[in-house]
Amino acid sequence: MTVGLNEYLYLSAVLFAIGFFGVLLRKNTLVIYMCLELMLVASTVALVAFSRFNGTMDGNVFVFFILTVAAAEVAVGLAIIVALFRRRQTIQVEELNALKN
Amino acid sequence: MADLIFYIFAAFTAGSALAVVLTKNTVAAALALLLCLVGVAGIFVLLDAFLLAALMVFVYAGAVVALFLFIVMLLDVQGGVRKPFKKATIVSSVFAFILLLLGLASFAHKGVQTTGDLGAAAPVGATLKSYGEQLFTTYLLPVQIVGFLLLIAMLGVIVLSKKFEGLEDIK
Repeated sequence: MTVGLNEYLYLSAVLFAIGFFGVLLRKNTLVIYMCLELMLVASTVALVAFSRFNGTMDGNVFVFFILTVAAAEVAVGLAIIVALFRRRQTIQVEELNALKN
Repeated sequence: MADLIFYIFAAFTAGSALAVVLTKNTVAAALALLLCLVGVAGIFVLLDAFLLAALMVFVYAGAVVALFLFIVMLLDVQGGVRKPFKKATIVSSVFAFILLLLGLASFAHKGVQTTGDLGAAAPVGATLKSYGEQLFTTYLLPVQIVGFLLLIAMLGVIVLSKKFEGLEDIK
């Protein structure tokens, strides 16, 4: 039984689901952010696997752009978290309920 | 042999991803994320995407995780009492996890028709030349847009983290 495209896609699905699980379960904004990164990485695994098994470059190049956008996203998101912490002195999501009701 | 390495890396990656979610310490979560990204880089090497594996280690494991650790140090969020998870949260998130996992796995299971042998296709992603060719011909406009996006993100971070003390109307 050789490792084929399906195995890589299963791995990608598992990683994505774990990231989603973390986003739902955790209350710390930083950990939620890490889980979002995990979901992005899971999608890149699927893209690279598709690219490899199809023999085309497009998936690999797309991963380039995902990496760039993820880096920009992390910088902006962490700056927002720091600004939020300055104002509210907390980063737990259950205490950040200004928009509730 | 390659199969065994794949399964080792897959178990390593999934295990450290679970550790990111389940560990209580934020610093430990960031370090588990680092391990997970190294595992993903190993998977990329198995897929003959050597440049992407190196970039993964540099950009994610180097810059992103370091940034996370820096922010954890800056915010000092360990203090104070933390309430445990509600039972409803745990049950519903585990349920959603299983549902999403089954959905994605059935998508991967039913959708792929090819036998998927690694030797079937040439490893196009192995050389740097193919990346350069694609990035500077087909994807020239996206490259410029992404560069502009990075500039905007940099400006945004500067504006977000600057204290506007002289301007009262900002608040």
